[in-house]
Amino acid sequence: MSSSKKEFVSEAEELLEEAEEHLIELQESSETGVDPDTVNALFRSIHTLKGISGLFGQEGLKDLSHALEEILDGLRRGDIELTDEIIAFLFKNIDILKGLLKDADEGRPSDTVRYLEDIKEFRKGITNRAGKEPLRGVIDEAILNVLSSYEEQRLRACIGQNRGIFIASVVFSLEDFDKRLSELTDKIKKEGELISTLPTSEDIPQDSIGFKILFASDRNSDSLKTALGVEPVRIAGKKTAEEKRDTRAPAPSLRSISTTVRVDIEKLDRILNTIGELSLTRGALKRIEQELAETYGHSELVFDIHRATQSLERRLHELQQQVLEVRMVPIGQIFSRLAQIVRRYSREIGKPVDLEVFGEETELDKFIAEEIVDPLMHIVRNAMDHGIEGPEERKAKGKPEKGTMIVRAFQRGNSVIVEIEDDGRGIDTKEIRRKALEKGIITEETDLDDTELIGFIFRAGFSTKETVTEVSGRGVGMDVVKERISSIGGFVDVKTEKDTYTRFSLTIPITLAIIKSLMVKVGTYTFALPLSSIVETLTVNGDALQMIEGKMVYNLRGELLPVMPVADLFGTGPYRVEDGYIVVSGYGERRVGLLVDELIGGQEIVIKSLGAYFEGLKGFAGVTEVGRHNAILVLDVETLTEEILLRHKGLIHV
Amino acid sequence: MKNILVVEDSESTRSMMKTIIEDLGEDYHVFEAGTGFEALKLLPAEGFSLIITDINMPDINGIELINFVKSTPQYKDIPVIIVSTEGSEEDKDRGLALGAEAYITKPFKPEEFQEKIRVVLNP
Repeated sequence: MSSSKKEFVSEAEELLEEAEEHLIELQESSETGVDPDTVNALFRSIHTLKGISGLFGQEGLKDLSHALEEILDGLRRGDIELTDEIIAFLFKNIDILKGLLKDADEGRPSDTVRYLEDIKEFRKGITNRAGKEPLRGVIDEAILNVLSSYEEQRLRACIGQNRGIFIASVVFSLEDFDKRLSELTDKIKKEGELISTLPTSEDIPQDSIGFKILFASDRNSDSLKTALGVEPVRIAGKKTAEEKRDTRAPAPSLRSISTTVRVDIEKLDRILNTIGELSLTRGALKRIEQELAETYGHSELVFDIHRATQSLERRLHELQQQVLEVRMVPIGQIFSRLAQIVRRYSREIGKPVDLEVFGEETELDKFIAEEIVDPLMHIVRNAMDHGIEGPEERKAKGKPEKGTMIVRAFQRGNSVIVEIEDDGRGIDTKEIRRKALEKGIITEETDLDDTELIGFIFRAGFSTKETVTEVSGRGVGMDVVKERISSIGGFVDVKTEKDTYTRFSLTIPITLAIIKSLMVKVGTYTFALPLSSIVETLTVNGDALQMIEGKMVYNLRGELLPVMPVADLFGTGPYRVEDGYIVVSGYGERRVGLLVDELIGGQEIVIKSLGAYFEGLKGFAGVTEVGRHNAILVLDVETLTEEILLRHKGLIHV
Repeated sequence: MKNILVVEDSESTRSMMKTIIEDLGEDYHVFEAGTGFEALKLLPAEGFSLIITDINMPDINGIELINFVKSTPQYKDIPVIIVSTEGSEEDKDRGLALGAEAYITKPFKPEEFQEKIRVVLNP
């Protein structure tokens, strides 16, 4: 099969999955009201399928999706009312499309005539809603001209429902307009229906872009202004009707105004763990579904369970995201603690320092926020001890006597960057070099640039200051800072200029590291293996497993794979070979087999570091909690692979 | 060297169009945008000689994009080809009314598409 056809099949598969998910969503929300966005998304999936099927010469798929598209177009325009009957019909036809796609993939011809007849017949049974509201004269021509026909139809439907029609004009920077605009349109969708987003360059400065957002809402301009943060202009719809319909205005009440509760972070941890376990259950359901499909074929019941598990998967993911969101706190909480330290410590050591703080509102996960407190404290103290000079020295250098420290946080992609900058003497790379020579880490010949030399400050036991001061030298060095930050998946960067500044930049993930993992059993122990490092799993075939010079190898499709029982690696006791499993894992080009007793299943886990007590313990990436207070070790596949390859060295050319 | 912007949310269609354009053998560099927003971001950064856009897209649609291009002084001279599908004639007409130069209807033959590009780029 050509690669472009493969591309077509996989995109078509995705589109059908998407369509099915939208349809499930519609089915679930049919009582609470149909979301026009979902109907439109469903339309677009089938519309795109039609487009690509035509381009790739799949006539049957094209004709059938075209016929369905007509019904969906009627639905999204509001000409056709969505009924349970229509939903069932669409489900059936998506299954048919899946069948046709499978035929196309396997090169089987398929007959679509009867399906097309069915759709035609079904279409006859649906009655269109009558009546078209006039738009010309009600809405400005200039706006009507730039609407797509779908948008125009939605506008008409909203006017027909006597909703208010508004335009909000906003200007955003070109850099982040997509994010800011989505934030606004999400708010709008809560207050009404988004009809059109028109980008505009009229009277807009360079580097910026304007948008005119056309939307419908039952609320009045004032409450919209409060909810959206921008002032929309009403262009149609009667005010009186809308005031009466604005039922969301709060009634006077004796209820408490505050709607927030305080929750122990551990409780949220437990919710995340439970979600992780549910993903294990979902995996089991999926297996049952497959077995049912194999035994009974693709019956109605099998499709039902398929839909149910898909819906479960989606909801689990949403739930996980929602919990992660709840855990977010503004970093300002930590900054105020830093400010206290700076004030107190500056008095203690007699170095006046001004602290400037930016980006306090930046949010990150509570757990991560707590993890970075100590490293931040350390960097701040270090800067005051070694970076910022005493008042006399500063005066002599022509600097203001008072030192300045800037703490700044901002979001970049999925990370939060925290910067700590002082205007002190900078890091002396010559001094570092001298020290490294003295310690015998480098020789006179070693050629290192400044960045590499600065890297030495993160080495254990490396300190350029002879005297250990009380605060920054409590046995915690910069090496621990680096280790702590990397244990939560972040990294540290340093920039410095002599007598000008030193800036530490911490790049930190915003949310917890949730990874997909495979749970395995070895003896009585359960371990988690990150799914990203697993290539495949095999049931042990006795003939393929051989011992060569006392080392275990497995004949994997003609290649010899070094194998090591996990039980041997950690000395957890006897293990079985004959009915065990081999998890083929590795990183880069390196592959090894880990022999385990049992495969339990896939699960999403939250990795946490093992903590200072276990630092230096090899072979574990961290620990995760499953169930209540049940800790499971997460294997560090990279280190284990290295270890196994080392033990097999000389035996197999790898 | 001419820069061409292809705005289309279907990945396979996008890469197919890219291949067809590259098969023209001219010195064309194809930029791909999977959404209208991506197109808006690419516009100021690259000087485009041609924009090829789909109509139905997730964030802003092709009509809105065409209106933006044709109402912005520094972009208004960039020719636009609409890629429409059977059944969306009405939207195609709206795009042409807003100033798009040409359209092509999916499914199309590679030669048809190439011919359209040739005509629009060398009027």
